[in-house]
Amino acid sequence: MKTPIQFHLNGEAVAAFVESGANLLDTLRETVGDLSVKGGCWQGTCGTCTVLIDGVPRLSCVTLAEACAGKSIETVAGLRRGADLHPLQHAFMERFAAQCGYCTPGMLMAAKALLDRNPNPTRADVIDALCGNICRCTGYEPIIQAVMDVANSDNRRRA
Amino acid sequence: MTVTIKTFDRLADAANALSNERGAHFFGGGTLIMRAINEADPSVQTVIRSTDPSLQHISVSSGRIELGAGVTMAAIVAERELAFLHPVARAVGGPAVREAATVGGNLFAASPYGDFAAALLALDATVLFAGGFGQRELPLEEFFSRRDRNTSLVSSIAFRRPAADAFRFHKVTRVHPKGISVLSISAQLPVASGRVAGARIAYNAMGHTPLRAKAAERALEGRSLDAAGIAPALAVAADGTSPVDDAIASAWWRREILPVYLRRLLLGAVHA
Repeated sequence: MKTPIQFHLNGEAVAAFVESGANLLDTLRETVGDLSVKGGCWQGTCGTCTVLIDGVPRLSCVTLAEACAGKSIETVAGLRRGADLHPLQHAFMERFAAQCGYCTPGMLMAAKALLDRNPNPTRADVIDALCGNICRCTGYEPIIQAVMDVANSDNRRRA
Repeated sequence: MTVTIKTFDRLADAANALSNERGAHFFGGGTLIMRAINEADPSVQTVIRSTDPSLQHISVSSGRIELGAGVTMAAIVAERELAFLHPVARAVGGPAVREAATVGGNLFAASPYGDFAAALLALDATVLFAGGFGQRELPLEEFFSRRDRNTSLVSSIAFRRPAADAFRFHKVTRVHPKGISVLSISAQLPVASGRVAGARIAYNAMGHTPLRAKAAERALEGRSLDAAGIAPALAVAADGTSPVDDAIASAWWRREILPVYLRRLLLGAVHA
């Protein structure tokens, strides 16, 4: 049996019918069509599927879709405004913080969650914010530096 | 296989459904049950949820602390009154997991998960249940002994606030800054006139469920927290434990390192 739910995705109202027990990751990708969210493990361990739900980071693969009714969900597809990349996206490019790029959507959303809450994080804060996101390419350092760049820069125009 | 999700506004209704539906599971934060659903675990066919706000309740009064079963690790970290538990809550996953993982759910986490539950064991916590024949309660240690047969809905967990600086926690992991437990040790070490009085020590990942280190507790009684004072406790540190081999560590390794980290914890040489 399918359950009707409504929520906001990157500021736009979305209505969908979800299978009982469906997770948010599959719902976003297969029902809503937001392919910016990546699935890695479907076990809640890799962080690749991180989205923001009402401003806090959540693993969409272990989030019950029907529990998201009425919530505001942000994915990496909503980060850029037109041709302008989000400062985090720009910093990731500058620092070569993506190699294969598979973890990048989750990394960006985890970093955004941090900077939205704490615009002046320490390096330790950044490491803690990203500690649930696995990257098998970069060794993490370029990612940490990219987030620190944004935190330290004056051109962080959007949260 | 289709999973049936049943959502109830009232906790009592959810408790009745959980008791009456054979094989039903309760949905805490989703980090365990959604994983099982994603893997099409055939044992998960009916899932009971409740949106009752009492599940998120945190009560701190006159030395007694009560945490609703739906209180998340993130909510623990955000509560200043629970500062002694912050290192434990931070040890549970990354930020996204902490926003979902609940106190009640941690009681059901299979080893090597369950670090927060072990901390509650060291705090002599009591489990409170909703519904059924009215609210009942059970010491956490007794709850663990029958956890696999439990069909009652855990509504909250209560315990007395430990004396200042009496609570200690350390988690041993292979991966830093965040990894699954090789083991974790929680201890409540009240000290009177320089002597330990009423120690409570609990381990995670040293058995099927979190467990008390009763031999070490007895050996610490009346002793001072120095190298000579803790030596008898270290000698019996692994008594009563039954760790398993898993992908994180072997049972042998867990037994080998347990006294090393217990020593550091008791001497105050490690921080979470």
